[in-house]
Amino acid sequence: MSKFRVVHYINQYFGQIGGEEKAHVPPSCKEGPVGPGMAFKAVLGEEAEIVATVICGDSWFAENMEEAKATVVKMIAQHKPDLVITGPAFNAGRYGTACGAVAEAVYKELNVPVISGMYPENPGVDMYRRYALIVETGDNAAAMRKAVPAMGKLALKVLRGESLGTPQEEGYISRGIRKNYFAEERGSKRAVDMLVAKLKGEEFHTEYPMPQFDRVEPNPAVADITKARIALVTSGGIVPKGNPDHIESSSASKYGKYDIEGIDDLTAETHQTAHGGYDPVYANQDADRVLPVDVLREMEKEGKIGSLHRYYYATVGNGTAVASAKRYAEEIAAELKQDGVDAVILTST
Amino acid sequence: MVKEIERAGLPVVHMCTIVPISLTVGANRIVPTVAIPHPLGNPELSPEDEKALRRRLVSKALHALSTEVDGQTVFED
Repeated sequence: MSKFRVVHYINQYFGQIGGEEKAHVPPSCKEGPVGPGMAFKAVLGEEAEIVATVICGDSWFAENMEEAKATVVKMIAQHKPDLVITGPAFNAGRYGTACGAVAEAVYKELNVPVISGMYPENPGVDMYRRYALIVETGDNAAAMRKAVPAMGKLALKVLRGESLGTPQEEGYISRGIRKNYFAEERGSKRAVDMLVAKLKGEEFHTEYPMPQFDRVEPNPAVADITKARIALVTSGGIVPKGNPDHIESSSASKYGKYDIEGIDDLTAETHQTAHGGYDPVYANQDADRVLPVDVLREMEKEGKIGSLHRYYYATVGNGTAVASAKRYAEEIAAELKQDGVDAVILTST
Repeated sequence: MVKEIERAGLPVVHMCTIVPISLTVGANRIVPTVAIPHPLGNPELSPEDEKALRRRLVSKALHALSTEVDGQTVFED
């Protein structure tokens, strides 16, 4: 029997092209496995082989999404895969989004199943879970050793045409698909059993988790922007030169509050980025490219805005836990309100 | 972060390059920017043109803050 054909999608980092300075490379295709593909090869064994690897820079993909999807899918299709693997992307936001977008395109256009791997907080999960079996992984590449066998095992199961158990049984993130089945107990009995387990403090699994709709209604517009006090907040890691608070380049454990009174322009001498998730060259040359202090100062002088708030707040949004980001923003917002700020411009990289 | 600032009662505009992520996290006023490593600049332009570009984007953000929105809104050109 011939081996099943698998095509693997990875980013420039795992594709061994380079780090952030190479995040702008367009898609390319190599025969056979590359990087984590070698580990998959061991798990897939004699039954399946990675016939080709498509590699694309994370920034190139994110900035040219439609073109990227089309090009990558075309490259994948040329190798006639029985299954496509994307990632694993762990908690890397751009990479997870790319892995998910490729999965969507492959699923819709080629009708080929896709296996991916991500940390549950990766934005790619919410956006694309419907189109791939996304195995739940740890939040960074140290989890590769666990992720690859789990993803490989699931890939073989799908290739063999075996029926899949529930997401919990198989270790992937729910796609939101409901399957009918005949339960042994009727619904009323199952519900009461669950309630009894809950009352006893025992573990139980709901059959229908409530969807989480965490949306916030927009606030009313600023009535007169020429009178408003505007504050700057960024997840792009702009800090005074030397990073005095030692904000971490990824998984930031804190945020900083910095005085910009009397500063008309951020320069290479005064400010830099602490962010480790994008090529820092441009922000280090001129941090206004991320935090537009120069033009807001001009607009303040021209009376286009009331004033630019004396302090800006910065953290590094790079694999940072959602719970941390939420807490930082709660604290920041409370201070801004106390200081009489009317509106906020938040920039992200 | 955008959502928590909004929740606290401050109007906020998110300036970012990957709009789908901003929509997923729940920003209400979104202004798309240039590129991931330089959202509000373009190193290929002259310093004057680059600043003019930044000013246009910030003006758009101020316009977004001054505009009533009903749900998530992306402020394209």
